[in-house]
Amino acid sequence: MSEDTSGWFAGVDPDDEAAAAERIGSGRADGPAAWPALAVETGFATDEDDYYERLHAATMRATEAAVTERERADDKQLVHAVRAMADCDRTANELAERVAEWAGSRYGESGSGVDYARELAERAGDDAASGEDADDRALQSLAARAAGVADEADELRAFIERTAPAVAPNLSMLAGPVLAARLVSLAGGLESLAKKPSGTVQVLGAEDALFAHLTGGAPSPKHGVIFTHEYVSGTRREERGSASRALAGKLSIAARIDHYSGDRRPALQAELDERMARIRSRGGDDE
Amino acid sequence: MTLPDGVERHAFGGTTSIATRGNREYGERTDGEWRRWDPHRSKLGAMLELGMETGLDGGETTLYLGAAAGTTVSHVADFGGPTYAVEFAPRPVRELLAAADSRPNLFPLLKDAREPESYAHVVEPVDVVVQDVATRGQARVASLNRRFLDGDGRLLAAVKARSEDVTADPADVFDDVVTELATSYEVLETERLDPYHEDHLGVVARPLE
Repeated sequence: MSEDTSGWFAGVDPDDEAAAAERIGSGRADGPAAWPALAVETGFATDEDDYYERLHAATMRATEAAVTERERADDKQLVHAVRAMADCDRTANELAERVAEWAGSRYGESGSGVDYARELAERAGDDAASGEDADDRALQSLAARAAGVADEADELRAFIERTAPAVAPNLSMLAGPVLAARLVSLAGGLESLAKKPSGTVQVLGAEDALFAHLTGGAPSPKHGVIFTHEYVSGTRREERGSASRALAGKLSIAARIDHYSGDRRPALQAELDERMARIRSRGGDDE
Repeated sequence: MTLPDGVERHAFGGTTSIATRGNREYGERTDGEWRRWDPHRSKLGAMLELGMETGLDGGETTLYLGAAAGTTVSHVADFGGPTYAVEFAPRPVRELLAAADSRPNLFPLLKDAREPESYAHVVEPVDVVVQDVATRGQARVASLNRRFLDGDGRLLAAVKARSEDVTADPADVFDDVVTELATSYEVLETERLDPYHEDHLGVVARPLE
């Protein structure tokens, strides 16, 4: 690439609109220069009017392409990823429990969970040379599968942590990428999340409890998935209702900004922190 | 105060308001070829409506930082010369592209105003920098973009107090921003944009040598 001093049209064939747009998008310079005059001088444009006409075409094309690229990291991809992660987590746990039950009957061990399945799978690799029977091989293969599914869930989580801040920067800032993705997924997309009232956001993921409340005498749920947020789960029981109401309020504002404007508002975090500090300091001694 | 050429007071039904001539973009009221420049929706519009000495005559080459969906920048392009519109968020830029489509002198750029090196290869030296960025460090953005201004150019900025610090008194925030601005600009005039925009300060400044 040429150095930091040339205009967007330097070395570009005047008839190659794609190349010009590419330079608009990726070029750099330390400071401005009399680009219109330079372009005429170097023969890129016949006169100033011609230059501005070309500039208009190139900026329109470059900006259109840049917007499309930025929007491709869209909320639908995030919804698929977070649902796939949940499936992998659940399946890995289910398989790991089956492995543990089976292993208990063969080895008399009482391990459990994905960690135990992983351990079994690794053990299989170590003594592959020793003659095992078919049952051992089947069990160890299943254990390896369970560990593999758990690995897939971890990779999906890493993918969500990378993508969510691009799709919903403010929501991810307040809720963390994974909870942000869960909320988007439960609402069915960023747009529908942005359109939900904050009271609905507060109980997303607690639909069973909500309908038990609506149809019968069950108490209303105080929180849905937002319970996983430290500001709810880490708050004293008596104040959790207020905490989740306040958090849900800020989260729905964040979702609306993310959907309708897309710019970053670091101030939201400060507002939330301040509100939480006030809720937590209520009712006497802080733990 | 005189309005720039191409901007006129015009009656729309019962209300009189500043207006420019161009394609209708955001549902504003129109009368013939004139379209209302709603000061409630545009901070630069509010600065003109409040009679601030913007130094605009019409026909200026302009760099507009924080163009968003193009509400204000479409009016600027109506009475100005070459107009470079920088906006960082992709979603509103779709509408900015629509506004630029019918205006051959409006050049949309999806760039970060905090990183002028990423658009200095496109933007020429300008007469006016208009700044309306809702981010922390608004004075820093202004000083970073000083390189685009001619010696007697103008910075027209709308400073949003809540972007700097939501908890502080806006008056204190404005003092801080203006003090920081004074390290690279001579501040000529400041005025609160009430009643059109709450907690915003309009600033007219000239780059220091």
